[in-house]
Amino acid sequence: MGTYTIKMPDVGEGVAEAELVELNVPIGEMVREDDIFAAVMTDKATVEIPTPVSGKVIWFAGEIGDTVPVGAPLVRLEVEGEGNEGETSADGQTQVVSSALQPVAAEEPLSVTNAQAAPQPVYEVKTSPKVVAQNPKALMRAEGEKPLAAPALRKRVKDAGMDLRQIAGSGPAGRITHEDLDAHFAGGGTAAPSLASAQNHDVTDIKIVGMRRKIAERMVEAKTRIPHISIVEEIDVTSLEDLRMKLNDERGEKSKLTVLPFLMGAMVTALKEQPQLNANYDDNANIVHQFGAAHIGIATQTPKGLMVPVVRHCEALSIWQMAQELSRVTQAARDGNAKREELSGSTISITSLGKLGAIATTPIINKPELAIVGVNRMAVRPMWNGTEFVPRKMMNISCSFDHRIIDGWDAAIFVQRLKTLLETPAMIFVEG
Amino acid sequence: MDILKCKLLVIGAGPGGYVCAIRAGQLGIDTIIVEKENPGGTCLNVGCIPSKALIHAAEEYSKVQDADNSETMIGLSVKGASLNYAKTVSWKDNIVNRLTGGVSGLLKKARVRSISGHAKFRDGKSVEVETAHGPQIIEAEHIVIATGSKPTELPYLPFGGNICSSTDLLSLTEVPKKLIVVGGGYIGLELGTAFRKLGAKVTVVEAASSLLPHYDDALTRPVLARLQQLGVEVLVDTKAKKLGGADQSLIVSTGDGNERELEADKILVAIGRSPCTDALELDRLAINMQGPFIQIDDRCQTSMRDIYAIGDVTGEPMLAHRAMAQGEMVAELLAGEKRDWDKQCIPAICFTDPEVVSVGLSPKEAKAQGFDIKEGMFPFQANGRAMTTEREDGFVRLVARADNHLVLGIQAVGENVSELAAAFGLAIEMAARLEDIAGTIHAHPSRSEALQEASLKALGYALHI
Repeated sequence: MGTYTIKMPDVGEGVAEAELVELNVPIGEMVREDDIFAAVMTDKATVEIPTPVSGKVIWFAGEIGDTVPVGAPLVRLEVEGEGNEGETSADGQTQVVSSALQPVAAEEPLSVTNAQAAPQPVYEVKTSPKVVAQNPKALMRAEGEKPLAAPALRKRVKDAGMDLRQIAGSGPAGRITHEDLDAHFAGGGTAAPSLASAQNHDVTDIKIVGMRRKIAERMVEAKTRIPHISIVEEIDVTSLEDLRMKLNDERGEKSKLTVLPFLMGAMVTALKEQPQLNANYDDNANIVHQFGAAHIGIATQTPKGLMVPVVRHCEALSIWQMAQELSRVTQAARDGNAKREELSGSTISITSLGKLGAIATTPIINKPELAIVGVNRMAVRPMWNGTEFVPRKMMNISCSFDHRIIDGWDAAIFVQRLKTLLETPAMIFVEG
Repeated sequence: MDILKCKLLVIGAGPGGYVCAIRAGQLGIDTIIVEKENPGGTCLNVGCIPSKALIHAAEEYSKVQDADNSETMIGLSVKGASLNYAKTVSWKDNIVNRLTGGVSGLLKKARVRSISGHAKFRDGKSVEVETAHGPQIIEAEHIVIATGSKPTELPYLPFGGNICSSTDLLSLTEVPKKLIVVGGGYIGLELGTAFRKLGAKVTVVEAASSLLPHYDDALTRPVLARLQQLGVEVLVDTKAKKLGGADQSLIVSTGDGNERELEADKILVAIGRSPCTDALELDRLAINMQGPFIQIDDRCQTSMRDIYAIGDVTGEPMLAHRAMAQGEMVAELLAGEKRDWDKQCIPAICFTDPEVVSVGLSPKEAKAQGFDIKEGMFPFQANGRAMTTEREDGFVRLVARADNHLVLGIQAVGENVSELAAAFGLAIEMAARLEDIAGTIHAHPSRSEALQEASLKALGYALHI
């Protein structure tokens, strides 16, 4: 009778210790060669530990939940004939407790005996898709060595969109076996894994009805009938933001101002100078209806889809009133209780995706209007002031115009005017 | 005439082209194939197949002639053996017709449209074909050039009259009395040997210092010995200069600088093959060439998008089975599969007497690539099957890496060793080690036992030598 010690195997990926999560065989019971007697878990995977010999379990390194360092004894078995330790089973018990407490380095002499006497335990990865599992015997080739593989295997690798050179081989002369490839796939390989290449042939049919069909029709109408011209301009909104913060601070508990009411104010001011932009084009009758009122449509994402509620008579509203009305109509649209007149009659529109606003967009005109102003994301960017780079709050606007009626020149003037007004916000409030 | 449109157009219905078209058809690709002559290309019409038919007929005739002269080793004697060569030729032509007809049937079965005529490029997406009914324009998304090769001419011995290409020689209706073969490569030796056995007096003229220059001395020695036994005169270091008097002789200059006049009824010029690119009007396209050949990458793509080239037109080795594999790969690529050329070896066979097979690296090539090698050679003299067929000349030779015993190359010379090419090729494609071959039971009695014994020899324990 001898004692055979099985140590915590190197479970890979530089893991120094592993937690005992399963003990399948109680102390005193027999295990047969290749039985799985325990499972350990690292932060990457659960690994099953088989025994390379048959024998009676006489000691475990701990309870479930305990952590055992790699290389430290994990289990001791009483085996027929000589074990891989000199001690008898009786001494084993005492010897064990002390050695388990010793640092790993102290186990060095033992591990030498173990390596000579026992075959390398083979363990398999049970779970966790993250582990790059390769057949443990598989070796990568030396630099420049041709990967060896049979044609059928080469085809599997190509079909998966992978490179043979990245797969280790465990076969004779380093040949890549189908098992190596399976392990590579299971481990999610470094190259395109089989998962990414797996073809999905599902088709889901979704009926386009109601609101979505209406949106689709209007978009097609606008995009196909109207030749859009789009202009993107960057705006330094540092002053505007300072102003907005101050105003908001003074508002106290009342609802805060966003950038949009300022933009609406700037549009009202700019439209006074270019009233031809504040219009609807009846392209069947060849008539442009130019309006004195500035009814600004606000493109709004609602649970049902895109809607454009309208803030009416902006030319007669203060910044705060616009903010209040903006919030009311957009909320009504989102709640689904906006009235018909709140959803129609706009003369120009704004589209803003807020924080999703990107660098530039190509807004589609809300037909029969002639112009739409798109607001892009604000960001602090280094700007050159003539002598140095300074951090400025920058925001782009992307505006589209109906090129049938609005020439590029007029469109550019409008955008420049908006830029001037937004960069010097006081001008929005001062009557020209 | 209406313009024809297709996804894939294959120019040339040789082994490369027709395989490409059939595979494409199987994969559901709308395919047209254009061929100016019979389908089957050089291989079926004027190459592999008709030459092998003649080689077989010559061998049969040669055996009974031996028995006519005197009783043979096995006790056979025949009186009044004769060969009706006209019948031999019609038998050969019948085989060719069966095979080319078969190719047409296979193309039809794969729903490939066949157009007969000569194709010229108009641009990178269309060709014009001169058909019997006038010009036909075909527009294609992808075009595969598979126009093959033709025998190379010597400027001072142009084909015509008594100067034959291999094609001309195969279509002779009677056996010439005196045949001079210019070129000691595999084509010259295969046909020279066959015509010698058919009764011609044959002289082989080779400018280099050895025959079959691609093979090492060990492999060519049994072939040279047999040529001598058959009474074929071999002149190495000898250059053909010009025709002699009345076109019935050839003037050659021998290695020592002297001129010699050799009498000949027919002169076979078999100095190699050149790609058929001229008639395509490739100069209309921006296709990069590599010497006379079309340059391709490991997916057989040319320098022009959507134009592929396969087979002899892309260079050496000019072998039908290479073209077929390329054709298959291109069709699969066009069907959206991921493919590239990853073949480990292309077997090459000389149907000389005895036959020579080479697969993978020769010992010299392996050493040149920096491999430390082990060799195992097993002679057919020690093979029971070889003894029972009266042909003990030749051997099987294996080349393997010394470190991991990976088989790098297998060569053989001997009667019927062409049939061993499958085993050789499989071993290398499967990345076999010496132990794999040694551990496979090879049927007894057969020549294939020599393969197992050669690997045992390389491992140091051959059993039967």
